[in-house]
Amino acid sequence: MAIAHSTASGMGGMRTAGDLVARMQMSRSMKIKEAKEYVASKLKVSVSDLADPVVMSEMRDDLNIGMVSASLFPGSAKGIEAKFRIAELLGIEINCVNQFKDRIK
Amino acid sequence: MQKIYTRMGDGSIVVLSEGELKQDLEEGTRDAAERAKISPLSRDELAYLFDIYSAPYRFVSVEHGNEVVLSYDAGTLKIKRVGVLTHRIQSLQIYEKILGADTAELDHVDYSFKPVKPIMAYEQTELEQALLMMTIPLFYGAMPNLGLYTQPDGSCPNPMELLPQGKIAEAREAQEEVMEYAVRDMIYVASTMYEAGADGINFDTTAAAGDADFLATLRAVEILRKKHPQMCIEMGMSGEFILGMHGELTYDGVRLAGLYPHKQCELAEKAGATIFGPAVNTNTDKSCAWNTARAVTFTKACVENSHIPIHANMGMGVGGLPVIDQPPTDAVSRASKAMVEIGKLDGL
Repeated sequence: MAIAHSTASGMGGMRTAGDLVARMQMSRSMKIKEAKEYVASKLKVSVSDLADPVVMSEMRDDLNIGMVSASLFPGSAKGIEAKFRIAELLGIEINCVNQFKDRIK
Repeated sequence: MQKIYTRMGDGSIVVLSEGELKQDLEEGTRDAAERAKISPLSRDELAYLFDIYSAPYRFVSVEHGNEVVLSYDAGTLKIKRVGVLTHRIQSLQIYEKILGADTAELDHVDYSFKPVKPIMAYEQTELEQALLMMTIPLFYGAMPNLGLYTQPDGSCPNPMELLPQGKIAEAREAQEEVMEYAVRDMIYVASTMYEAGADGINFDTTAAAGDADFLATLRAVEILRKKHPQMCIEMGMSGEFILGMHGELTYDGVRLAGLYPHKQCELAEKAGATIFGPAVNTNTDKSCAWNTARAVTFTKACVENSHIPIHANMGMGVGGLPVIDQPPTDAVSRASKAMVEIGKLDGL
């Protein structure tokens, strides 16, 4: 069922910009249109590019914000490292990133 | 005359004529509109729904550009439920790297706030490890589940035993006592997991025990919003209608019993929820087309009446999906497309 929904109407998560749009809904309570426009403006792409895995995997690679295939690329950002960059890119607070920073002060 | 293969609410195949399909769609939207006193779907929206359900394809999808954010309640449980032997962090990685999930959710197999309270240290450390490895936002989720606080599972008198005896006042008193315990547990667990780094807390299957369950969750959300202003709080519902098990409970002057999704979301937003998840039940005696027309009607009114994102519940038996463990993809994809494109969802 998760696969059917994801294929029928989902943004695509890390394959695209789905996690970034989700972060704007979660951190600013944005409706989908506003959240997509915000992320598109930060990435300097069109709104329709956000759910395109070809455009977005190149974009994620360039920005080093985590990719599905990160394990194939030594040195590319994984997990918390990617989230440090996502917080900065989107101008939002990410709870675990802030806690990480606090703990290594 | 085209024969249309669709399904009943129990998942079984049914063949409808064009006229029968049109009639199901009209009756489904009318049923929702009359119950909740909201607008039925327009002629154009019903025509679009007709196109979705009469399409001969096994699978349909939204048009390019109409994709929405997906959140997954009880995420790690669902991997366990099908017997795949993974650690919870591996389950989260499956959602992130294989299923293309926009968000994921860590949860315990005993998916309620009360039973996870004594094992918070284990939940926190596992969440901490998951957060180091994951990129997509991570919720911690559980159900308010007020039923666990009454005898024989809990210490409070059981309203379900008191009500048949005609002890109305005692049943109400018991529910009010239960709410005190439940609010305390929800705040403790949600705060603890947020302080361990969770991106959000999901109150799933809210109001399953009726109006007291809904009120306890609203109160917990209100307190958590003041305590953690940045916390993402998702409130997902259990059904389309708040059962009046108490009957006299109010929040902000609004009687809770009998509220439909478009009114539930107003209160969730007022309490401080970031995302609201309406649930519309499936009637197994009616076709999926009837059920989806009905679910879209309720949900569209909810979206129009909210300022926060709406992620409709669209799992087994809700949101136009049949009541079956393995919902057929033809039924899931049609409901998914209809709810997103006609219901104007922000996510599901």
